[in-house]
Amino acid sequence: MLPQVLPKDKFEKFVGFLMAERRVVAPVAKGSQYAFADIESREDIGGIRMDYEITILPPKKYVHPQYEPLLEFGGRNPATGKATIDARPMVMLGVHPYDLHGIATLDAAFSMDPSDPYYLRRRKAAMLVGVNIQAYVNEFQFMADMGTTEPPTGGFELFLTDLGDRYFVETGSAEGESLVTRSRLFAPARPEDFKAKKEYDAKKAANFAKRLPYDTRYLPELLAGSYDSLLWEAQARRCFSCGTCTNVCPTCYCFDVQDKLEMDASGGVRRRMWDSCQLKTFAEVAGGENFREHRLSRLRHRIFRKGQFIMERTGRLGCVGCGRCSKHCVANISILEAFQQIADQARIEA
Amino acid sequence: MSQVTHKEPSVVSPYVPRVGRIVAARNFTEKEKYYRFRFEDGGGIEYKAGQFMEVSIFGLGEAPISICSGPGRREDLEMCVRNVGDVTGAMHALNAGDAVGLRGPFGNGFDMDKVAGMDLLFVAGGLGLAPCRSFILAALKEREKFRRVTILYGTRTPKDLLFREDLQAWAGRGDAEFMMSVDRGDETWTGNTGVITTLFRKIAKLDPARTASFIIGPPIMFKFAVLEALAMGLRKANIYCSLERRMKCGMGKCGHCQIRNVYVCQDGPIFSYAEVMRLREGI
Repeated sequence: MLPQVLPKDKFEKFVGFLMAERRVVAPVAKGSQYAFADIESREDIGGIRMDYEITILPPKKYVHPQYEPLLEFGGRNPATGKATIDARPMVMLGVHPYDLHGIATLDAAFSMDPSDPYYLRRRKAAMLVGVNIQAYVNEFQFMADMGTTEPPTGGFELFLTDLGDRYFVETGSAEGESLVTRSRLFAPARPEDFKAKKEYDAKKAANFAKRLPYDTRYLPELLAGSYDSLLWEAQARRCFSCGTCTNVCPTCYCFDVQDKLEMDASGGVRRRMWDSCQLKTFAEVAGGENFREHRLSRLRHRIFRKGQFIMERTGRLGCVGCGRCSKHCVANISILEAFQQIADQARIEA
Repeated sequence: MSQVTHKEPSVVSPYVPRVGRIVAARNFTEKEKYYRFRFEDGGGIEYKAGQFMEVSIFGLGEAPISICSGPGRREDLEMCVRNVGDVTGAMHALNAGDAVGLRGPFGNGFDMDKVAGMDLLFVAGGLGLAPCRSFILAALKEREKFRRVTILYGTRTPKDLLFREDLQAWAGRGDAEFMMSVDRGDETWTGNTGVITTLFRKIAKLDPARTASFIIGPPIMFKFAVLEALAMGLRKANIYCSLERRMKCGMGKCGHCQIRNVYVCQDGPIFSYAEVMRLREGI
């Protein structure tokens, strides 16, 4: 489908149209920051901030929730286990390109054989409506280097670009085209819309300067060569191993599995919850042996996973350059800085 | 945020365990107990040496446990469980007739045909004998496929010996060399005393270039045993080990068993020493 235009005065109607058929989540203000939240009323619609800077948590929380029931059981008897899944149709509205890439990474990771039916069912029921970005919002971001200033080639329904009084709308799937057709709120883009989009893109290109001194295709190799560097020890000295970086990361998906009993212990639920490779017990085995006992090895593991391992395993980006891990780090550890420093070591800058 | 209650209970989930009924249970030591399971659904199981199961007790969780019975397509399977945590602690209270949840098998396992025609050297330390037993039983079952078979087994004290009936049977075989050692003997012990590596010097000649070794035990034992095996002239690619990790999901997702870019629950737990060296964080 050729690009469409959605006038901003029809945006609320469009959200209402979506709400009539599915759960809607969108970015809203949360103190001085932003968060994806459920949109359930007229007032909620008014609170949607499509011009948000960046959300605290990425939208992964809707496809890979902090807590997700895997099965319910009725006591110790192993025959009572019954799978549970929550796959209510939903739409995530206002997802930035780097977060679309993050979800593409999760798609690849959870689709890998043996695939994860919980994630896949949830994901299949979730529509993505992206929204364009035109500039970095903090010094930690490097989306231009990671190639995430534009949406991925697929895996989303609609992609909106703010042209002032209207959105320029590109479709990414048949479901997206169906939203355009069924809502009857869109009109085909005219020459002046294409012209305005081109101007938007020109400004965007000028704003998104690269922040790494090398092409990211060399990132895995540079990391591999820096495995024994003192850099990790230096960063680890500041690290608190708190796990905030992995919580806010759009491509971190490690989890723990725990049983939760009802108050009367008559039954319960086995659920998975976000876990973090930065926590000390993450790689500990029964009997006490810990294979990443030192902060250095845990911090390095995360950085390597972001820059090398996830890409090697899934073919998708392990880091989308959003800067959340660095922005929220209480110890001021910046992954951009780490990626810059390994270049120093390889004398690329010399 | 709204609470979603929409649930579809009919999902086919890899997390829902099968019911494993205990048909035999026996205490090996104060800490280690042996179990034989059959599946309540009547279906059997097919697995390779080196694979593991997730044993589940609702309310407590799951624990990854190696299979210790001989590999193949079978009706039952055996495990030897050390009491070290919530799940294994609760398991120790269970006996014949009781049931647990079982998921699996997981892991790459090992196809013994890969080492057909070679000398075999098994080195099992402590509870490592449990997974190692699966390899040993496979080798002894098709004894004619292999050349010389040597089995070394070490424990802390004579009280810690597992699978005593098997040990006796192996010692009595004319077609395999079996030696064991304890770190500290007692008044009843007349055998070899010392760490397991002291047994390497007593091995009758092996053809090092054509020997496959399976070294399964605590990480500290692996380091010293590999040193001995390399000193004998074994090739790095022919030394195999089983890496212990905290596999939570078994499906290469949860991340707990990761070593660099490898998920032990899928790509392992059986690795050659050449692979372990490449991983660097393996042992």
